[in-house]
Amino acid sequence: MNAPLNKKIYTFISRQSPYGNSNARSCLDMVLACAVFDQTVNYVFLGDGVCQLLAKQCGDKIEFKTFSSALEALALYGVNNIYVEQESLDKLSIKLTDLAIPAKQINKLALAELIDESDLVFTL
Amino acid sequence: MHRAIELKFTLVIYAAPYSGQAAKTAYNFAAKVLANGHEISRLFFFNDGVHNANRLAVTPQDESNLRESWDVLIKEHGLEAVVCVSSALKRAVIDASEAKRYELADSSLSEHFRIGGLGELIDACTTSDRLVNFG
Repeated sequence: MNAPLNKKIYTFISRQSPYGNSNARSCLDMVLACAVFDQTVNYVFLGDGVCQLLAKQCGDKIEFKTFSSALEALALYGVNNIYVEQESLDKLSIKLTDLAIPAKQINKLALAELIDESDLVFTL
Repeated sequence: MHRAIELKFTLVIYAAPYSGQAAKTAYNFAAKVLANGHEISRLFFFNDGVHNANRLAVTPQDESNLRESWDVLIKEHGLEAVVCVSSALKRAVIDASEAKRYELADSSLSEHFRIGGLGELIDACTTSDRLVNFG
């Protein structure tokens, strides 16, 4: 794909836990594909989605790939705008130090602004 | 009728037919978008949404077959309908060349759809005015 593409701001909101269904993985796949196309990408973890970020996951015990290991690819793809929603963290008693990759805390108001600034929003 | 600005849409369908309403809603939305003179850049079927493209699904005579409806809409409007390769293969949505590659007895993908990659979703998004997710 060599054709020049318009650059747009994409925001992906991942809001489901990592192993209950395939949405978390699918969202990550879309984020990485988007990064390959040199688009501006925001990756937001909201609600149960914040569990995807937890360090010390052992997917192999249920014969799944460990999701947090897959997240390490984000840095290689240049995806640095990773956000985790504050209220969701509090609700699940998760601290920033519990996370496998660095993420910026964002509150609901700031998230609304982020969505507002985006050209495209994917939620899954 | 009030004439609105014509827009280009990309539709992403994550939902399988029959299990829920989302896939049918996507179809209804697509049909209405086209009926109102707008354009659809690409239909992208992802996750369980790839089941929409399985020509081997049989529905009872008194129930509508969503894949047949998609086929007609795609054909009539010359739409581009892409199923995501990684989602499709593991859900037995296989075209002729993949069937050959994996030495499978038959293919299951409707001839009106084709297998493609996620890049084609991003590509469609960059040239669309609106992205609408279903499921």
